[in-house]
Amino acid sequence: MQDECLLQMRNIEKRFPGVLALNGVDFTLRKGEIHALMGENGAGKSTLIKILTGVYRMDGGSISIEGSPINIHSPQDAQNKGISTVYQEITLCPNLSVAENMFIGREKGVWVDQKTNEKRADEILERLGIPARGAKQLGNCSLAVQQMVAIARAVDMKCKVLILDEPTSSLDDKEVKMLFDLMRDLKAKGVGIIFVTHFLEQVYEVSDRITVLRNGELVGEYLTEELPQVQLVAKMIGKDLDELNTLGEAGEDGKTRSEEVYYEAKGLSSSEALPFDFSIRKGEVNGFTGLLGSGRSESVRAIFGADKVNGGKVKIKGEPVKITRPIEAMKHGIGYLAEDRKRDGIIAELSVRENIILALQVMNGFFKPISRRESEAFADEYIKVLNIKTASRETPVGSLSGGNQQKVILARWLLTHPDYLILDEPTRGIDIGTKLEIQKLVLKLAEDGVSVTFISSEIEEMLRTCSRLIVMRDRHIVGELTGKDLNQSQVMKTIAGGEAS
Amino acid sequence: MKKKERKLFGNGLGQLAIPIIAICVLVIFNLIRDPSFFSIELLQNSDGNIVLSGNLISVINGASELAILAIGMTLVTAACGGQDISVGAAAAIAGSTFVKVLKSGGQITGFKVLLAFLLACLVAVIFASFNGTLVAVFKIQPMIATLILYTCGRSIAYWINGGATPTVESPILTAIGGFIPWIPVPTPILIVLVMAVIIKVFFRFTSIELFTQSVGINGSAARLNGLNSTFIKILSFMILGVCVAVSGCIGVSRLGLINHETLLLDIEMDAILAVAIGGNSLGGGRFKISGSIMGAYVIQMLTITLWAMKVPSTNVKAYKAIVIVLLVVAGSPVVKKWFEKTVSRFKNRKPEVAAKGAGES
Repeated sequence: MQDECLLQMRNIEKRFPGVLALNGVDFTLRKGEIHALMGENGAGKSTLIKILTGVYRMDGGSISIEGSPINIHSPQDAQNKGISTVYQEITLCPNLSVAENMFIGREKGVWVDQKTNEKRADEILERLGIPARGAKQLGNCSLAVQQMVAIARAVDMKCKVLILDEPTSSLDDKEVKMLFDLMRDLKAKGVGIIFVTHFLEQVYEVSDRITVLRNGELVGEYLTEELPQVQLVAKMIGKDLDELNTLGEAGEDGKTRSEEVYYEAKGLSSSEALPFDFSIRKGEVNGFTGLLGSGRSESVRAIFGADKVNGGKVKIKGEPVKITRPIEAMKHGIGYLAEDRKRDGIIAELSVRENIILALQVMNGFFKPISRRESEAFADEYIKVLNIKTASRETPVGSLSGGNQQKVILARWLLTHPDYLILDEPTRGIDIGTKLEIQKLVLKLAEDGVSVTFISSEIEEMLRTCSRLIVMRDRHIVGELTGKDLNQSQVMKTIAGGEAS
Repeated sequence: MKKKERKLFGNGLGQLAIPIIAICVLVIFNLIRDPSFFSIELLQNSDGNIVLSGNLISVINGASELAILAIGMTLVTAACGGQDISVGAAAAIAGSTFVKVLKSGGQITGFKVLLAFLLACLVAVIFASFNGTLVAVFKIQPMIATLILYTCGRSIAYWINGGATPTVESPILTAIGGFIPWIPVPTPILIVLVMAVIIKVFFRFTSIELFTQSVGINGSAARLNGLNSTFIKILSFMILGVCVAVSGCIGVSRLGLINHETLLLDIEMDAILAVAIGGNSLGGGRFKISGSIMGAYVIQMLTITLWAMKVPSTNVKAYKAIVIVLLVVAGSPVVKKWFEKTVSRFKNRKPEVAAKGAGES
């Protein structure tokens, strides 16, 4: 490892109305190093990165690259100075081709030579081993490939500093490995990489150094090999890990008691999901697992009537019912927290309060508005219960951190007092503290008799909370695991198709 | 009231700041230019009524149709993220229907006027639903969808009365378009008030505000929360349809005739402008109806001010454009952000010093 400083950020300060988002934070990146930036949601990681990439102006502090102080005025300026970013949410244009996305904003002059660009894009993509062609429309590629195209774009811009903000959250294991190979490759070429992620294992797999932030302040910088995982987590959440352990025990207790079947589907299918059978008991927590694209989200969407339902018989508490639209599912006591929070969850410009009451209001109907006072009471209650960090209940939800946005949507569904709650990736892209809170909440709901279907990419999380796992592969259910079969290796085996139980 | 003020000035620049400032500037400008602009007199008009008269009254009276259209346009904008450019043409259709019924034999009675108005509403709502269906069901851009009616609407209005521009005379129409005996305030102003109250009550007793904004901001999420966005969008067009019918009938009553070519000509652009000046995003989402209504009065006040300054009528539009550019730029996100920053820097100065002092000690 070379110790030559590439990027230095000193005493960075940033305030938002009512919040001090960064308070005197230092960050140093050396040449040829992969540096993990860790912290809970709201710790200030995203803010720090947005300052570095020119999205925000800092209110205090200094930045220098290779020893010379710089000012970053805009994202374009950051790119020109060798700082490239791949954001958590894909920020490319899905209606343009892959090649156009890679070269957009970088052409010299007015005329764009489509053919040359596509050829160049093909070369770069091939070199990086990315399964995409320059002429293909980006929107038709899988989410994972879109992510990699974004990285290819950044790499091609001859960057000195490459920022990867949650690059792996929508990639499967194979693609993650591919990405890590690519990162090591770039590192060998002297690029400094800032790696932001919530997956601890990945941090230990690729990073050389870790900087931890908490509540907008610097906790410290550590060599990865000298900081055990448990200590990292403790530094991030600022409390010891007893909670993690007690959670596991609660999980044991919380596992199904009731025998009463709440929801049952036979041969349910939708425009996106192949026919499948499924049932859940009252107070049971079960989960769908499988690789990306295995059809787990599509299945739960069919239960909620989110896609066009094609067929199947559904019973709720033994009574045959028809659910073809979300409102019908809601009227039958089903709530659904969608996988893509930004697209299907939050109404960004509306306030926290309005977001919380939305589902209940829809159920109440057009002619029975919830009064202002009542809605304020609801909002205050759930802000308190779920510990939502917001300046006020009238703050637009879009300005909250990811974890807090997720809590707002959880509050929205809890307010409808569902009998059956479907949570599709509720912990994706949020910090470990909030993840724990959500898992605890799931177990508590089950204790109160609510049935919960929980989907997560992190098998650990599902093992902790679910008493039954439904394993999917290639849009089919290939196995169901309960009891002593509920362990990582058995899940892996079933997913991989070795020996289904 | 107090709470509202605090929000307006405490939370940075409130949405209503631009129309309020614009009105203030116009008032001050006119005060300096010619204070008699604001003089209001009681005169006896040709019908023998004692009525209010003056430039200010003309502003408020003249903006009535625009203000009513702005209400509906705000809702369509919020729900669909686009505008209806056919409101002028649709108003001509509604007005023609209104006249057609009034002309159909017999004396013009109060009942007949009511019937004619209701039929005009029905026709306008049907055409609006046609627009709404194109937008909500077939997902056509609102401006393109309403371009159809914009193009052919006045021809349809032409057919309704067989190409003629019939006049209708009745004390009832004079009362609607002018003054009700013994009430010195022009009736259109009262109609705007009534419409505003109806909308307020409608908002109070339905969830239309939350639903419209949700659909307009994030249709996908709204759907997964059980909202029927098709219904909400078509509903917003239908409400606009009612607004169109009301303005059309006022327009006809003012003149006592229907001219399908000139009735509320070009008003769609002013209506869209009123929504924009009111601080509403033309891309949909969050909205404030009061802003759009104020926007309508700003536009009208500007026009009347220019007239009062004896600006030749051919030049009025150019001057209007200059002022509107200023208003729209002042209300743009860039300027707003800059302003908020300046304000917050000014506000933060003291605590910052204190914080630094504490840090050093």
